[in-house]
Amino acid sequence: MSLKIDDITYVYEKGTAMSVNALDHISLEIPDGQFIGLVGHTGSGKSTFVQMLNGLLAPTTGHVYWNGQDVHEKGFDRRKLRASVGLVFQYPEHQLFEADVLSDVEFGPKNLGLSEAECKERAVEALRHVNLPEEFWDKSPFDLSGGQQRRAAIAGVLAMHPSILILDEPTAGLDPLGRDEILNMVRGMKEKLRITIVLVSHSMDDVAQYADRILVMNAGKIMMDDTPEKVFSRYKELEAIGLSAPQVVYIMQYLKERGLPVKTNILTVDEAVDEILAHRGELNV
Amino acid sequence: MFDGITLGQYYQTDSPLHRLDPRVKLVGTMAYIIALFIVKGWVGYFLAFLFLATMIALSHVPLRFVVRGMKAILIILLITVAFNVFLTPGKVLWSFGVLKVTKEGLVFAARMAVRLIFLIIGSSVMTLTTTPNQLTDGLESLMGPLKKIHVPVHEISMMMSIALRFIPILMEETDKIMKAQMARGADFESKHLMQKIRSMVPLLVPLFISAFRRANDLAMAMEARCYHGGEGRTRMKPLIYKGRDIFGYGVVAAFFAACIVLRVVGL
Repeated sequence: MSLKIDDITYVYEKGTAMSVNALDHISLEIPDGQFIGLVGHTGSGKSTFVQMLNGLLAPTTGHVYWNGQDVHEKGFDRRKLRASVGLVFQYPEHQLFEADVLSDVEFGPKNLGLSEAECKERAVEALRHVNLPEEFWDKSPFDLSGGQQRRAAIAGVLAMHPSILILDEPTAGLDPLGRDEILNMVRGMKEKLRITIVLVSHSMDDVAQYADRILVMNAGKIMMDDTPEKVFSRYKELEAIGLSAPQVVYIMQYLKERGLPVKTNILTVDEAVDEILAHRGELNV
Repeated sequence: MFDGITLGQYYQTDSPLHRLDPRVKLVGTMAYIIALFIVKGWVGYFLAFLFLATMIALSHVPLRFVVRGMKAILIILLITVAFNVFLTPGKVLWSFGVLKVTKEGLVFAARMAVRLIFLIIGSSVMTLTTTPNQLTDGLESLMGPLKKIHVPVHEISMMMSIALRFIPILMEETDKIMKAQMARGADFESKHLMQKIRSMVPLLVPLFISAFRRANDLAMAMEARCYHGGEGRTRMKPLIYKGRDIFGYGVVAAFFAACIVLRVVGL
């Protein structure tokens, strides 16, 4: 199960004065089991890019291969692809429509032509994965809180049993607590279900502690494709394109500049605390 | 999905016609349409053609955009012409079974076609050079006297501008919801009628909810800014006649008068 993107470009409003190169010659591979953070400023082409991955948009030039097959070849079943490459859009709660949460989550499996029993089984399983308590399952999705609605909507994609799950800004509009809940849930899903995750965000702090590979997009191009440590060590370049490294990176850099011999490739607050404590008393001012 | 659709058909550029007050353009277009039905002779039609050609030249809009509006009425035009050619009684030129082509029919059909074409292109020139917002502003101002007989002119024009403003937003929203449901395996391309209808539910329910939510937000935002209808309301861009607008009215009046004269003289 692998997704290969081969030199794709995408042009909006082709042939008019407003023509925009949303994607500019992107090539990369998404192998199994990675947790990928896709980061970029608003308008960098992230959302366009992820719609290429499940065949919702066709590239202007270039190809997308799923297990070696071109997804825009005639006869390729793109609906099957959309089950394997699950895409959770921004504000996914805006897609809810059924009378109760369970039926809404069953919508995806039903479209795959599964039996009623199987649909229900998958829906129940997906709702458990997103930690939505059973008491909400037969409620109207519109009676749920914003965070609960979002989890129900993510369950709706998860119930299709994707092997790659793409989440486009899943924390947009949530408070810090809701944000952590969603991100921890995503990490839990990756570990339990052994699926590949692509987490799209404009915030480095969101992806820093979860991703093991970070893609940085700018003006339709992939500018960096590396481990978080390597990407964040180039924080000056990130700033130039309107992004920033996680706040801990700045603190560690600052301490080092002021003479404390700490490591700077640190991504989480906990690691930072340990590192600083380990060097306690070494600073002579 | 909706890439080809542009609302209204405003063509963004800078031209003397774009700068003209929308009221002048509205009145001018009305006068032009009436004039088309006043003139009867070929000299009159030629004058109408000259007027239209000048306006198109002044609008700086490429000709292909101007004639694009014709596509929509092409079929109606052909049917009208065919009926007039074959069904007008008079001096028979050719006959083919029951179909008779008469001299009167040809003349009548040609006149009809010219009127229709000029009418459509004439109003296209107005919508191409005036934004929907300017149009509603112009209408509100022109309908101002109706307030005396308690017609809620301001409210009508406010509703028109809000509706126009929301069409592109709702189209974008439709596109987004469609994609989100397609990502869940929904099939919007099915040929079965029943399936097609059923596939609309996952699209329409979220779309209506979103429309209501937006309406609510907008009402709240308007109230927060103390909106209370048209009473005593001032404008950010008030419509004020300038020299060129007076000149525009003059040109329209001259054209209209010339048409009446031609009709009386019988040209």
